Amino acid sequence: MENIITNNSIQQEEYIVNMGPQHPSTHGVLRLKISLKGETVENIEPHCGYIHRGIEKMCERLTYQQIIHLTDRLDYLSAHTNNEAVCLLVENALQIEVPERVKYIRTILDELTRLASHQLWWCAFGMDLGALTTYFYGLRDREKILDIFEETTGARLLQSFNVPGGLMNDIHPNFIGRVKEFITYFRKKLPEYDELLTGNVILKERTTDIGLLTLEEAINYGVTGPSGRASGFACDVRKHHPYSAYDKVEFKEILYTKGDSFHRYKARVEEMWESMKILEQLIDNIPEGDYAVKMKPIIKLPEGEYYQRVEAARGEFGVYVLSTGEKYPYRVKFRSPNFSNLSAINKLGAGHKIADLVAIGGSLDLVIPDIDR
Amino acid sequence: MAFDIYDFTSFNQTIDKALYDNLPPILAMLTEMVIIGVVFLLFYALVGLFLVYAERKVCAFIQNRVGPNRVGPYGIFQTFADFIKLLMKELIPINKADKILFNLAPFIVIIASFMAIAAIPFGKGLHAIDLNVGIFYVMAVSSLGVVGILLAGWSSNNKYSLIGAMRSGAQIVSYELSVGLSMVTMVILAGSMQLSEIVEAQRNGWFIFTGHVPAFIAFVIFLIASTAETNRGPFDLAEAESELTAGFHTEYSGIKFAFFFLAEYMNMFIVASIAATIFWGGWMPLHIPGWEGFNIVMDYIPPFFWYMGKTLVVIFLMMWFKWTFPRLRIDQLLKLEWKYLLPINLFNIILMALIVLMGWHF
Repeated sequence: MENIITNNSIQQEEYIVNMGPQHPSTHGVLRLKISLKGETVENIEPHCGYIHRGIEKMCERLTYQQIIHLTDRLDYLSAHTNNEAVCLLVENALQIEVPERVKYIRTILDELTRLASHQLWWCAFGMDLGALTTYFYGLRDREKILDIFEETTGARLLQSFNVPGGLMNDIHPNFIGRVKEFITYFRKKLPEYDELLTGNVILKERTTDIGLLTLEEAINYGVTGPSGRASGFACDVRKHHPYSAYDKVEFKEILYTKGDSFHRYKARVEEMWESMKILEQLIDNIPEGDYAVKMKPIIKLPEGEYYQRVEAARGEFGVYVLSTGEKYPYRVKFRSPNFSNLSAINKLGAGHKIADLVAIGGSLDLVIPDIDR
Repeated sequence: MAFDIYDFTSFNQTIDKALYDNLPPILAMLTEMVIIGVVFLLFYALVGLFLVYAERKVCAFIQNRVGPNRVGPYGIFQTFADFIKLLMKELIPINKADKILFNLAPFIVIIASFMAIAAIPFGKGLHAIDLNVGIFYVMAVSSLGVVGILLAGWSSNNKYSLIGAMRSGAQIVSYELSVGLSMVTMVILAGSMQLSEIVEAQRNGWFIFTGHVPAFIAFVIFLIASTAETNRGPFDLAEAESELTAGFHTEYSGIKFAFFFLAEYMNMFIVASIAATIFWGGWMPLHIPGWEGFNIVMDYIPPFFWYMGKTLVVIFLMMWFKWTFPRLRIDQLLKLEWKYLLPINLFNIILMALIVLMGWHF
């Protein structure tokens, strides 16, 4: 203000608004520095690090069994999938063949995790757009999955159910019945999601042609998961590099070409249908056998570099380990899907309105602890 | 003194006469003003609290929840408890805010909505003033509220609040047009701007039935535009929780926040009252020409209940779509008004004029 008065002429300044670290629609402590021109967003600068815990550094002084518990704290909505990445890495490095039963159960839990995560995304996406009712519809159904988790793994959110060589425990006797019950229940409830939000004309207006990402840009930015597949990037690790029991099931990789917010939305809703198909194929065929291979109490990976990727709910989650043959890894690096997805936000959001930025952020489905690690 | 629940005219006149007989005219007038003011203040507070409770119950019903159920039976005292809490809360002073305007803004908002109730007919002979331009007065007074919102956004010295105020200004000024024009459509049919006469003209059938097609179009437009004018979802861009973190009233706390909150619900009550009055016959019972028995039965329900019932139905409609639809974007909001509602409205006025001229209404 003072500048303007003393110079006696109107100076054009950028109108900079901080979205976050405390903001309801950044879903955590993400800070976006936005320059505005009226309502239009000109530039977005993400500032990370508000929830940086140094997990990768901590892993250098932890055994492999302990690292698993930290991967929960990355993308807390795909806890089981993240655990699995570390377990698969250790098993592949030591060339341990886990029993078929373990593979099946892991895959089922993966898909349940994905469903729970997408349900929560759907809740939050509706809320970002101002439709508050979606939140309660989504949570109603997510609760059923969390109950299944609680019964079998003992935890609702951060399960840490995987251990190198198998699972912590066998499944609960009710598990199969409850999963089946859930599938029949959710097959009836998922069309409600479409009725409430997908078919809504305001939603279509708000998301169609907003935040366009071409195939080339998606590959350049490394946008994976449903967000990348909405742009036509065939990046489903389950399909292209199958792990656990994914080579035994039939499912469709949801691919769109347009790459706008609406198709990112569609991709996730369709993925929920596919997840249910996978669950149906596996749940009746869980083979009998052990739930884990007997492992040595101290695991030492042979010297070398290892990388293992899995398909988490938001994209490709990778673990890189450099081992010197000790019981601790020498260096650990997590390839977290949200970090790459966030990097595209300036490309997606610039030129749109503030309200669109919120919709784009929602359609990318960011989980902040996964970005900062 | 004859107290008649169906007609308050004689009751009011008795009080009026008694006051003027015993007091000097100026004192009598002042006494009347104070009585009416106190009655309205009580009514305002009660309706405000009831609407907050109703909204919480309705949205809970829509969202698979129970809603408030701890304070009193079915939680009916929850809003009273909340109100006491808000009264006791600290009023946080903002250092860099424009103090005078910042403190003035909530009062402007609440006064604007308070003034508008004065002209609404709650029953036969049950209104504070019966202006011959009643509808015009309500429109003029209720649009004063935007001044308060703009001031609040500007004086808070908060970037989000300013964006909220800007949005609100653009939105209310635009939608005022549609509200006004859809009222004009009904004024053409009624032939009067006096609210009591508009109600009286619906004795043989509500305007939404007698004015058929254009009245229905006007009603839908009025419902959309008035929702936008009261800053309610799906047009709640001015506060847009997920974008602007409450917009223009981010910086307010305690009772000042409660003023904005109460004013929002009262504005909703006022527009619902107007909708009920000019489309659904206000306090007039449902009459169907020719069905004498039916009409007599309907007349047994006191007019005040008719009025409240209709208003609450309109309020329920507004709550229903708030809790179902996503929010619009600012450019879509303005496009809806200027490209769709306004042309339809202008066409609708001509249609209504033609129908009234040719006598094609019932």
